[in-house]
Amino acid sequence: MTRTIPLLLAGLALAVPLSLLAGRVWIDPFAPETRNAAVILMELRLPRALLALAVGAGLGAAGAAMQGYLRNPLADPGLFGIAPGAALGAVLSFWTGYAAAPFALPLFSLVGAAGAMALLSLIAGREGGVALFTLAGMMIASLAGALMSLAISLAPTPFAMSEIVTWLMGALVDRSWREVWIAAPLTLLGLGFLLVAARSLDALTLGEAAARSLGVDPRRLQMLLIAGVGLTVGAGVAVAGIIGFVGLIVPHLVRPLTDRRPSSLIVPSALAGALLLLVADCLCRVLPLAGGELRLGIALSLIGAPFFLHLLLRMRRGLA
Amino acid sequence: MLEARAVTVRERLEAVDAVLRPGEVVAICGPNGAGKSTLLSCLAGLLAPDAGEVLLGGTSLSALRAYERAQAIGYLPQSPEVAWDVSVETLVSLGRIPWRGVPRAEAQGAIENAIAAMELHELRHRPVSRLSGGEKARALMARVLATRPRWLLADEPLANLDLAHAATLVAMLRRQAGEGRGVVLVLHDLAAAMNHADRVIVLDRGRLAADGTPAQALAEPVIERVWHAKARWLGEPGQQALSLPG
Repeated sequence: MTRTIPLLLAGLALAVPLSLLAGRVWIDPFAPETRNAAVILMELRLPRALLALAVGAGLGAAGAAMQGYLRNPLADPGLFGIAPGAALGAVLSFWTGYAAAPFALPLFSLVGAAGAMALLSLIAGREGGVALFTLAGMMIASLAGALMSLAISLAPTPFAMSEIVTWLMGALVDRSWREVWIAAPLTLLGLGFLLVAARSLDALTLGEAAARSLGVDPRRLQMLLIAGVGLTVGAGVAVAGIIGFVGLIVPHLVRPLTDRRPSSLIVPSALAGALLLLVADCLCRVLPLAGGELRLGIALSLIGAPFFLHLLLRMRRGLA
Repeated sequence: MLEARAVTVRERLEAVDAVLRPGEVVAICGPNGAGKSTLLSCLAGLLAPDAGEVLLGGTSLSALRAYERAQAIGYLPQSPEVAWDVSVETLVSLGRIPWRGVPRAEAQGAIENAIAAMELHELRHRPVSRLSGGEKARALMARVLATRPRWLLADEPLANLDLAHAATLVAMLRRQAGEGRGVVLVLHDLAAAMNHADRVIVLDRGRLAADGTPAQALAEPVIERVWHAKARWLGEPGQQALSLPG
């Protein structure tokens, strides 16, 4: 149980160096004459690996916190509408043509995430009830989805449309240090908020009334979650596009290795999310595909959907 | 002392006064919709009254910080849930949440005491999903005890428990009162209130209908007036049963 975190850290310590060597050009550490090895490592692979770690950690931790908050193992960070909000921001940057400017795309996307966060905290109200909050999140998600579809259908040029559609299928290809500097600090900050919320999430295990009787302020908890999930997921979408299922699957895989309290799930989920995304991104890079590279978002959905189905079937058996 | 002063909640409670003392087991009784759970929620500080106030040792609950209130008043809701399949020990440890920055040894001591008080030693590593109804009720009560609250408030703790388990839980709660805690229970079962409480508060449509010893507050005329039933008490004091002529 207490060995989960060291185990995941060991996995990361193994996976990170390996991921730096793998790719279209394999780098052999014992034969250092590979051309441009230093450039490939420092300018392409290292930022990409760090980005995978940051985005994966954010999604994993946000998923763990969301499941704890909603007391539901099928909850996903996307439910709050923050990821769709961020995606809408990015889509608008393509639509307006600003996406070409440096920093514009992630900035638009972060503004979208912030908009969704602000809207959530406005709607959620003073009572701090979980049900109303969730419905508000779903409403924001579907509104952002509709606006995105609208933007795509009214795209000014076919080129913009294809850019948007490709971007929405999240990926970490062609990213640079710039994206790392955006995603890493915001993700860390978000993780901080989620960790502050952890104890309150534990109390919520006993239901809303009991949690309040244990001193939990539901409104404060909501704000911490909006900030935590907003920053981690918003930063992730801003640099990588939509990457689904990580936030759903990772807490599930990790939960049996912990004492099942939400608070003991957040850090292991962050580490496992980082590991999953790093490995998945490497596999995408290495897999030979005619048209180039398999998009990371698609790959994870291909793995994630059957996994989700498996979960549902297992739960159904549990209920029977 | 935990004291309700003219506590009013719109459409549910009207100017209810109640004084609760440590060391006492108090039962709150009344027909469905009388406001029992509402009063308990007010006493626990979970529901702010529209008028009136609840005082804890002379201080209004609304003036206390949430964690201070939580350290003093333990509350068990009517249909407690446990969202994750944690072990009994982990469940009990959740009762320590209001106490931040307390030395680990002290926290562990409180958890061990709670486990001992509810006789859960052999079940401590068992997942909650594999407990029987009676075991689960004890584990949930141990969670409240782990806080070491001065007040123990429980909403229908005996519901869904069979005779033997209900008796065990009542005995355990009596022992808590013996240690100086104030115990306040919403009880549906009038015989349980009659036999096990030191005092009974009867609510009727949001108003205080009776407050006194079980024999006074649950006397046959009170039952007839509040529950509209001509019931009779049978048996010896401490083992009385309520008989309803068909």
